[in-house]
Amino acid sequence: MDPRQQLEMLEIPGRRESFVERLKAVEMFPLCATGVAILQLNITRRCNLTCRHCHVEASPDRLEMMSQEVLAECVRIAHISEIDTIDVTGGAPELHPQLPWLLRELAATGKRIIVRTNLAVLTEGVSQSFPQIYRELGVEIVGSLPDYTPERTDRQRGSGTFARCITAIGQLNKIGYGREGTGLVLNLMHNPSGAFLPGNQPSLEHEYKRRLREGFGVEFNGLFVLTNCPIGRYLDYLIGSDNLNDYMAVLASAFNPAAVSAVMCRNTLSVGWDGRLYDCDFNQMLGLKVNGGSPTHIREFDLKRLSRREIMVRNHCFACCAGAGSSCQGVLDT
Amino acid sequence: MSEPYYKPEDLADFPNIGEHSPELAASFFDYYGKATGAGRLTEREKALIALTVATVRHCPYCIDAYTNKCLSLGVGSDEMMEAIHVGAAMVAGDTLAHATQIRKIVRKKEM
Repeated sequence: MDPRQQLEMLEIPGRRESFVERLKAVEMFPLCATGVAILQLNITRRCNLTCRHCHVEASPDRLEMMSQEVLAECVRIAHISEIDTIDVTGGAPELHPQLPWLLRELAATGKRIIVRTNLAVLTEGVSQSFPQIYRELGVEIVGSLPDYTPERTDRQRGSGTFARCITAIGQLNKIGYGREGTGLVLNLMHNPSGAFLPGNQPSLEHEYKRRLREGFGVEFNGLFVLTNCPIGRYLDYLIGSDNLNDYMAVLASAFNPAAVSAVMCRNTLSVGWDGRLYDCDFNQMLGLKVNGGSPTHIREFDLKRLSRREIMVRNHCFACCAGAGSSCQGVLDT
Repeated sequence: MSEPYYKPEDLADFPNIGEHSPELAASFFDYYGKATGAGRLTEREKALIALTVATVRHCPYCIDAYTNKCLSLGVGSDEMMEAIHVGAAMVAGDTLAHATQIRKIVRKKEM
C-alpha cells in the first residue's frame, strides 16, 4: 500500500479527534523539535527476514542501500558536538557492505553508537564477524526479540527465528555483551505479537530475564518496549485481521499528553538510505519529509533550522504517545 | 433486532463512571489502581486473577480489558485457560459444597 493510502486508512473511529486535534486540545500544537541529539541512519531496507510487523517492509528482495557519498555526509554530520548518539538501523544494517567502514568512522567521533540488529542475521555467513567488530568499537546493541516464547516470536518473524536469535545472544554473551560489569551493552526490543498494546516495561523485563535465563541460559541488560506503529506490514495485518478500527480506538483512548513532551522525534533526526531527512523512522516510511522550512537532505544539514523544526504529525503518531509512550529507547520518561 | 445492552465501546466510557458521584468514583479508582498494581504479587499474577474473576462473574467489559492486559504482559493463551479452569473448578466446587445444605435439610425432613 502506498504511503498516501496508508495515511487515509488511519482514520479514528467513533468520530474521535485526530492526533492534531488532540495536540491542539492540550496546547501542544505545533509540536516542535528541541534539538538534534540523536542521528538515526537507516542505511538499508534489505533484511534477511520478512517480519509480519515490519514498518519498513524490509525483506531480502529490497535493494535500497545508502551510497558511499551519503554515508560520508552522515559521518561528517556525526562530528557536530550537539549530536551525542548515532543510531544505525535498517533493514538489517549488517547486510550493508560498508557497515564496518561506517562504524569505524563513527567510533572515531567518540559518540555513543547504537546498532539495531535482528540478531538472527548474526548467525549467517559473513555477518557472523559483526559481534567482534561491535565489541572492538564499543557499539551498543539493540537486538529485536518480540517475545520470550519461540511460538510467538516465530509467528511474527518466521519459523526458526527465535532459536537463531537465542544462538546469537549466547554468542554475544560469550564475548561479554549483556554481562554485568563488562560495559558492553545488549538491550532487547519487545513489540507485541498481535493487535494490542505492550505491557508495563519493568514487568515484561522481569519476565524476559527470568524466562531467557532459566529456559535458554542467556542474558541481556535492559528491555525496550515498543508499541507497534500502524503502518507498513503491521497495517496490512491490522486490516487483514479486522483489527484496525479497534487498534486505532485503543491508541487514541490511551493518548497521554505527558508522553508527547518526551516523544523521540523532538530530539532525533532520521536519515533515509537516499540521504533525505525525516522526523522519525515511521515518517520516513510514510514519505513525510521534515517540515518544508527545513533542509530535507543530509547534504544541506543545518543544525539551527533543524533543531527548531515543526514535527510532521499524523494519526500514526498516537502509537508513540499511548500510555507510557513508546520510542526506540523503550517507554518514554514521563 | 434491538440493540444489545452491552456494547464494546462502552468500555472506553468506564473512566466517566463518576459522572454523578465524582468523589466516590475517585476513591474507587484510587483503590482499584492500588489493588491491581504490582505489590507482593506481580502485575502479571494480578492480571490473571482479575481475568479469572471477570470470567467467573461474566463481565464482558472486564474480560475484554483483562484479556488484552494479559496479552500485553506476555501471558500465553494456555496460561489464561489454566487460570480460567481454576475459576471453573472453584465455581463447580462452590456449587457442590452448597449441596451440603440440601443434604442437611433432606436428612432433617425425611422420615
